[in-house]
Amino acid sequence: MYRNTDIINEGSQSPSFGEAGDLVINVGPQHPATHGVLHLVITLNGETIKKVEPHLGYIHRSIEKMCESLTYRQFIYVTSRMDYLSSHINNHACALCVEKGMQIEVPERAQVIRVLMDELTRIASHELWWGAMAMDIGAFTPFFHAFRERETINEIMEDTCGARLTMNYMVPGGVMADIHPEFQKKVKGFITLFKSKVDEYAELLTGNIIFKNRMKDVGVLSKEDAISFGCTGPVARGSGVSCDIRKWYPYEIYDKLDFEEIIETAGDSLARYMVRLREMKQSVRIIEQLIDNIPEGDFQAKTKAVLKLPKGEFYSRVETARGEFGVYIVSEGATTPYRIKFRSPGFSNLSALDHMARGSKLGDLVAMMGTLDLVIPDIDR
Amino acid sequence: MWSLNKISDNIHHWLNQQFSPTWALIFEMVIAGICVISLFAMLGLILVLMERKVSAWMQIRLGPNRVGPKGIFQSLADTVKLLVKEGMTPDGADKLLFNLAPFIAMIVAMLLMAPIAFAKDFQLWDLNIGVLYVSAVSSIMVISILMAGWASNNKYSLMGAMRSGAQIVSYELSAGLSILTIVVLTGSLKISDIINAQADGWWIFKGHIPVIIAFVIFIIAVTAETNRAPFDLAEAESELTAGFHTEYSGMKFALFFLAEYVNVFIVCAIGATLFLGGWMPLHIGHWQAFNHVMDYVPSSIWFFGKTFFLIFLIMWFRWTFPRLRIDQLLNLEWKYLLPISMFNILLATAVAILGWHF
Amino acid sequence: MANEELKTKITELLATATFEEGGEWLNIVIAPQDWLLFAQQLRNDESLQFDFLFCLTCIDWKTNLTMVYHLRSTKYRHNIVVRSILDRNKPEIASVSGIWKTAVFHEREAYEMFGVDFLDHPDLRLLILPDGWEGKNPMRKDFEDAVNMIKL
Repeated sequence: MYRNTDIINEGSQSPSFGEAGDLVINVGPQHPATHGVLHLVITLNGETIKKVEPHLGYIHRSIEKMCESLTYRQFIYVTSRMDYLSSHINNHACALCVEKGMQIEVPERAQVIRVLMDELTRIASHELWWGAMAMDIGAFTPFFHAFRERETINEIMEDTCGARLTMNYMVPGGVMADIHPEFQKKVKGFITLFKSKVDEYAELLTGNIIFKNRMKDVGVLSKEDAISFGCTGPVARGSGVSCDIRKWYPYEIYDKLDFEEIIETAGDSLARYMVRLREMKQSVRIIEQLIDNIPEGDFQAKTKAVLKLPKGEFYSRVETARGEFGVYIVSEGATTPYRIKFRSPGFSNLSALDHMARGSKLGDLVAMMGTLDLVIPDIDR
Repeated sequence: MWSLNKISDNIHHWLNQQFSPTWALIFEMVIAGICVISLFAMLGLILVLMERKVSAWMQIRLGPNRVGPKGIFQSLADTVKLLVKEGMTPDGADKLLFNLAPFIAMIVAMLLMAPIAFAKDFQLWDLNIGVLYVSAVSSIMVISILMAGWASNNKYSLMGAMRSGAQIVSYELSAGLSILTIVVLTGSLKISDIINAQADGWWIFKGHIPVIIAFVIFIIAVTAETNRAPFDLAEAESELTAGFHTEYSGMKFALFFLAEYVNVFIVCAIGATLFLGGWMPLHIGHWQAFNHVMDYVPSSIWFFGKTFFLIFLIMWFRWTFPRLRIDQLLNLEWKYLLPISMFNILLATAVAILGWHF
Repeated sequence: MANEELKTKITELLATATFEEGGEWLNIVIAPQDWLLFAQQLRNDESLQFDFLFCLTCIDWKTNLTMVYHLRSTKYRHNIVVRSILDRNKPEIASVSGIWKTAVFHEREAYEMFGVDFLDHPDLRLLILPDGWEGKNPMRKDFEDAVNMIKL
């Protein structure tokens, strides 16, 4: 029924060997640079990459199918397991979609808490990315420095949500519980810590001449290609595409907040790197605006115990740490969705990898994969 | 004053009194062999622990701290673990070469111990081409890496070995030329002559700019030659999983590991000997009083202190720099370091002929 | 462009297109054979410029399969939804991977999950499912997994 899945080699009869002089190597599914179970079949000529072919599915749990049998309250928490580094923002998108269908008004306090949590998650995710990417290109130390700050965020999350990674804090109509009494104090402590450390990052890694040479003009993605490949988030913004959902199609209270959309035009790995570094500072800026101004009121709207979305289709999208995350719900009026589609940013971003990598060196591939910020469960779903 | 050469002299006299000179020589050889092997093992243990502690210090964490006080027996425990592990040979591997490669790596590292002066008059073999011997023998290291990479029947290993081959052969040139700078200034290839020439000041202080340039190039080149980060492309774990030793396990892996650390020690010892005066205490010209005070510190302490300072420098590089890409690595050597070294050796020759150095 | 303007513009481009009410964005229903040409027009028309395909999926309605394309213009920031109803037994539609490169991956996913055949796709092979997958398409409603018998 399906066509052959062997590696296609243009101009070659044999399926598993390329042209003379080509070397086909498997990077992954168990490989230190893929950060998970991504499987790349790479055709090399010497050290030069001729072709990169992703093979997915090693962690595919068919979350979309699973969600078809979960109620609207339940399915939100499965999505934490997709992009586990910005699980909070994934949950946010699902909650938004259900709220859109049910026409639930979210109390302002809940909105502020949600945005605060989103931005903290974004910083945590970028911190981890920064460390892991540095490790990919051979600098080990940044990882630990990044985790020092990330740990503080995790503690804040643990206080309020009870969990450190898959927070499951969102419910349709608000958030599950009110913030921890210490929340504001701890977040302020984090901001002070982060601000004093973020320049250390530049000192440790960004200013390094080897690092710059490794990142500059590596994996260049033009603006047209970034749009065509459906790239979003820092990957697209590194190529000069303005695509921040928070600015374009504001949700919650983002339209009232003062922050910049970070855009770099070079399109190379260094640009994507700089976008994320600068984005962290913007997130801090958002948190600073909100942390003292959390309005009083309910943290959750009063909703029915059993949610039944009206017949129709609902789409909501948010800006996760990796880009645009969309939730598409097709409802038949039942307690469970008829069909759910998650538009995950990693899947589209990964599709640009082959285009970016061709002609560059094997060592560049890890820099590209690092700056694409791939989270494999997000790609496989 | 306590010193190593007195101990060795005493042993020498005692053996000659007890036995015929032939037997005495044989016993001395056996003792020297045992000393080298135990030094080899000790260095491995100490350097692995040092690396882990240095990296922990740079990475704001504690490092090994469970086995023994402050974790000093951690590397011993690791060695025991590696000893009892099964040494697997993959299917389709060239069994002879695969098993031979780690031993060649180790033998090369051991051979390099011969001309190193650990203290005043404490040297296994003060041959008259000491420096040449070191750079010649250290090149054999690449053969073991190529052997390991080829015999593993693994694409990652092969790529790692090929990278390593290109890298070591290239950087050998710069390392050799920077060593030549000192040879030009000293006029001798003999290690003891080089050290004695630094009796009134180390070459790094009295050799002017050419020696400082040579020292910097030497440090870069030997870091590359020993496959240490930022030049660890042969085992770049995020690209090639573990490069040439991907398929090695147990003690065979440990021998590579050990050889790498001993090589680091040896190149640092050579660096200390050439540029920082080896066991020679810090002497400044004709300041007799100061020089006498310095002489009270045993020469072995001077030697190990300088060597470990250089080792720390190389470890520092490893834990703060990202890795280079293969083309950048070769560009650095052929486009920058080699021309600079060539120019530098001319400069050093001019300095030596005109007698501009102190 | 607002939905009403889009509606008139699109009617000009494709007279056979029908519109579905409801939802925040304009819902356009087209016949599968019109899709490739229509997609090119959507992408290249000066006043539309739908250059960003942000979601491509398929819905199994048990009687038919519906392809759903969510499009957006990065210039004008307007969105539309294009849907096309396919025959469930022989689902075929033109591939738009030449117009939006992101469709290469998304169409491969829809191909293996729903069995939709994308005509002229450059590389229509399994992406997520394991090599040598035999059997039905997992995301269809009548899919029954012989290995995992648990029903939710």
